[in-house]
Amino acid sequence: MQVLRQTGWMVVRQARNLMREPIWIAMMVIQPMLWLVLYGQLYKHVGAQGRHTQFSYIEFLTPGVVCMNAFFGGTWAGMAMISDLDRHVIDRFLAAPASRLAIVLSQVVRAGITAILQALILLPIGIALGVTIHGGFAGWLAVLATAFLLAMVFAGFSNGIALLLRREASMIATANFVGLPLMFLSTILVTATLIPGWIKAITRINPVNWGVLASRTPVLYGNDWGTVGAHLGYLLAATAATALFATWCFRAYQRSI
Amino acid sequence: MPVAAGLRVSRLEAMDAIVAEDLRKRYKAVQALDGVSFAVREGEVFGLLGPNGAGKSTTVRVLTTLTRPDSGRAFVAGEDVVAHPSRVRHSIGYVAQDSGVDWEATGRENLLLQGRIHGMSGAPLRARVEELLGFVGLEDAADRQARGYSGGMKRRLDIAIGLVHGPRVLFLDEPTTGLDPEARVAMWVDVERLAKEQSLTILLTTHYLEEADRLAERVAIVSKGRVVVEGRPEDLKRDLRGESVSVELAEQNGRAAEAERIVAAVGSEVKLDGQMLRARVPNGARAIPVILGALDDAGIGVASVTTSRPSLDEVYLHYTGREFSAEDEEGAR
Repeated sequence: MQVLRQTGWMVVRQARNLMREPIWIAMMVIQPMLWLVLYGQLYKHVGAQGRHTQFSYIEFLTPGVVCMNAFFGGTWAGMAMISDLDRHVIDRFLAAPASRLAIVLSQVVRAGITAILQALILLPIGIALGVTIHGGFAGWLAVLATAFLLAMVFAGFSNGIALLLRREASMIATANFVGLPLMFLSTILVTATLIPGWIKAITRINPVNWGVLASRTPVLYGNDWGTVGAHLGYLLAATAATALFATWCFRAYQRSI
Repeated sequence: MPVAAGLRVSRLEAMDAIVAEDLRKRYKAVQALDGVSFAVREGEVFGLLGPNGAGKSTTVRVLTTLTRPDSGRAFVAGEDVVAHPSRVRHSIGYVAQDSGVDWEATGRENLLLQGRIHGMSGAPLRARVEELLGFVGLEDAADRQARGYSGGMKRRLDIAIGLVHGPRVLFLDEPTTGLDPEARVAMWVDVERLAKEQSLTILLTTHYLEEADRLAERVAIVSKGRVVVEGRPEDLKRDLRGESVSVELAEQNGRAAEAERIVAAVGSEVKLDGQMLRARVPNGARAIPVILGALDDAGIGVASVTTSRPSLDEVYLHYTGREFSAEDEEGAR
């Protein structure tokens, strides 16, 4: 209970601080639209080739961009931890009876909520561009759940790295190193039939692609809920794993101070 | 400080707010703590004094449960910091060397969150926050983002954050480092008020001798990861075999050597420098009439006599064999 209470108040703190950053809010709103429009144009002719023709590329791409936003947002979540470490806010919490898990969860949940908000911006724009969410209300929920979980998986990982590296420059390098390859090792932009076999093999163990499968199926078809549920389950397990990893990283941090 | 450990704990547990016993901690190539031991009595203002890099902040981090010692034991408010860190966290307030203020939040929001971390809520929390804002004089700035606060205001907010849950022991790690002289004196007044008005045990670290001298009832001088001496500042100074006496001879008439012999009969460590004679005496008030009488009997004129009690500077030099300022630079790299 104490952990949940503390997590709640720490999420409130972070949300309130972010609401005071107008540039951050503007970027959070504009960037997903930019991805959707940019990739929509760039890959229009190649993206969905070789698959069924019952959907347009934008219909194929929209859930992918939701995933891309969510996991990019997650990989950068550790920056907030670095800033709190630099400002010694974390030390202040640790010398008080603050739960380490709550400190991590608050960063992770904040990243998840941001991803949901971005998905709530992206989906209506997609619909305006001609997307139909075939899964209906359940389809919406599946996409939002995917955004939430996918952001949290990578936010946990990112916070752990932040506690281990504790330097902004190293954090930026790591986020870049992880982010772009994972995007291209997934079916965010192109269908599985267009990518080489070895990449296809990697997509199966890429959490980003679990998110793609969990959110694209309900948008394009609105069937095969078993696959959707299974992949959401994988994401939930991965969230737990990375959040525990980050909590464990506090030990390394506390040994170093 | 090789006092028998068993005896020490049994005697001190009842009355001591902080006990550190032979704390050791190593960071890669640096032995930060090399057997730190000291005890702080309930309600006392205790100073850990030493240059940068002596191990003061590491000691505080161990006592506040932020990090674990490699070996040794420590008790804060009666709880073992290694075995029961969460119990310790409920009874302490920690004001770090570097401010722990959340810049984006307002002063009030900073305090409310800290209270909630301590499990406080509702009207009692709001009332406590209001009280503390008044105590540190931040009522008017309470609803502004801390980003816009001056260094002194951030420090005062830090102290209020450390006090929100009514701790029994407050740790102030270098409370005045980085403050301008005016804010420093204001902080001294605040700490004195804190010690008087809130019934608290305060452990403060400082590398300013004058600060320890002014604020602390007792100090431990830390050097290279060890406590070299512990005691009341007055006692430490008195233990330096009394006071120093300076006698300025009136004329340069070749009798200085004779005067030196006369002074040496009363004091020790006599030094002659031109017409100036310096010596250490056990008690200045008693020694001066004797010296003046003897010089007068010998017909040697005296221009002036001054006596001064040794400063903590001299105490530090005496116990570490080093000038305080010299080591400070070395410690700071």
